[in-house]
Amino acid sequence: MHEMALAEGMLQIVEEAARNNGARRVSAVWLEIGALSHVAPEALRFCFDAVTRGSLAESARLEIVTTPGLAWCMPCSDTVPLDRLGEPCPRCGSYQLTVAQGDAMRVKEIQIA
Amino acid sequence: MCTTCGCGEGDTRIEGASLAPHEHQHEHQHEHEHRHPDGTVHTHPHRHEGEHGHPHPDGTWHSHVRGGGSSHGHDFSPAAASLGAAHAAGTAPERIVQVERDILAKNDAYAAENRHYFADHGIFVLNLVSSPGSGKTTLLVRTIEAWQGRTPVAVIEGDQQTSRDADRVRATGAAAVQINTGKGCHLDAHMVGHALEQLEPAPGSLLLIENVGNLVCPAAFDLGEAHKVVILSVTEGEDKPLKYPDMFRAADLLLVSKADLLPHVRFDVDEAIEFARRVRPGLDAILLSAETGEGFDQWLAWLERGVAAARTRRDENLEALRRRVAELEAELAGGAAAPGSRA
Repeated sequence: MHEMALAEGMLQIVEEAARNNGARRVSAVWLEIGALSHVAPEALRFCFDAVTRGSLAESARLEIVTTPGLAWCMPCSDTVPLDRLGEPCPRCGSYQLTVAQGDAMRVKEIQIA
Repeated sequence: MCTTCGCGEGDTRIEGASLAPHEHQHEHQHEHEHRHPDGTVHTHPHRHEGEHGHPHPDGTWHSHVRGGGSSHGHDFSPAAASLGAAHAAGTAPERIVQVERDILAKNDAYAAENRHYFADHGIFVLNLVSSPGSGKTTLLVRTIEAWQGRTPVAVIEGDQQTSRDADRVRATGAAAVQINTGKGCHLDAHMVGHALEQLEPAPGSLLLIENVGNLVCPAAFDLGEAHKVVILSVTEGEDKPLKYPDMFRAADLLLVSKADLLPHVRFDVDEAIEFARRVRPGLDAILLSAETGEGFDQWLAWLERGVAAARTRRDENLEALRRRVAELEAELAGGAAAPGSRA
């Protein structure tokens, strides 16, 4: 499934960053997964554990920080919280929303040795 | 999947062949053509691991990867702060390194290369996505027939296995390349880049990419297309857009297919479009049937507009390059002795 492809992408990023910093081991990875992004954090965790076996990130601690969804509501002319795609503005009920935050999937930091 | 370049490890096949020249202990390169704003073109190999950028003689730096990993300030670091606090002096010399890379950065980079290639050649590219069985391939075949050679048409087909779809397309006379993903559930930009090497669509072409039938995974993967077109047939439920919001949100056009079956199913077209517009405000929608040709006027007109726009953009780019070349030639003719001229 595509979480595997994403986990492999993460591993590439982590390995590259570690190499660029002369590290031989990655002990922790901080990930930002938005509430409105394409992936379920726990599915990604499962795949990450599988994919890092035998790599320099094997057994690395994975810290996932979820960022909440925010959207710009046209009628309200304001940013409002959005928990899930397809839900209306919690204030005025309109669907004229543009996602402003919460769809990111980013490797933020790594801890290396 | 190959963990170095992300290609299928013997899984992905294009026209039956594994991706060459990929070895497994990987160091492989791609010839990559790169055009500078001044119109010069140079080719250079670039590796998939390590450096993704290179310097130009004029000192500017060209990065091949968006969000390229350099450290920069950001206001998100609660975990780092807590780590710092927990880290006692005298323990192993571990340190935190900022990464700030989008997980999809690699695919996005390949997609950007594809997009650049399409822009250079004035090719209008669509990524067709849907559940399996929505009628994508039949729609493609019917579209190619109705297009009647207005411009060349090329197709990239994606399926786990078989070349049946590419064969059906080729029977219309259009060029097609089949990508088999093996166990993979979506096409990615790297596969499409390779398929383009074989397909070599003519400038000004209409290129249709039929993704693997899957309403979940392809949403995350940019292929370099101009638009994702999502196809929902009347034999599915109107509430699909609410159940699979990622895909509908990623689309710029909704095709409601198999309209000829409406008398036999309880499907509310308006409601389906309304649901789709909840997750993707302003989504264009066309009701059509590959059987009867209903809606094809609108669909072909939509395609024509896209093809014309791609051609215009390419013409404008070429015109800008010609102007720039003329400027430089005038400068050279003016001579280096003129005050204020660049060395």
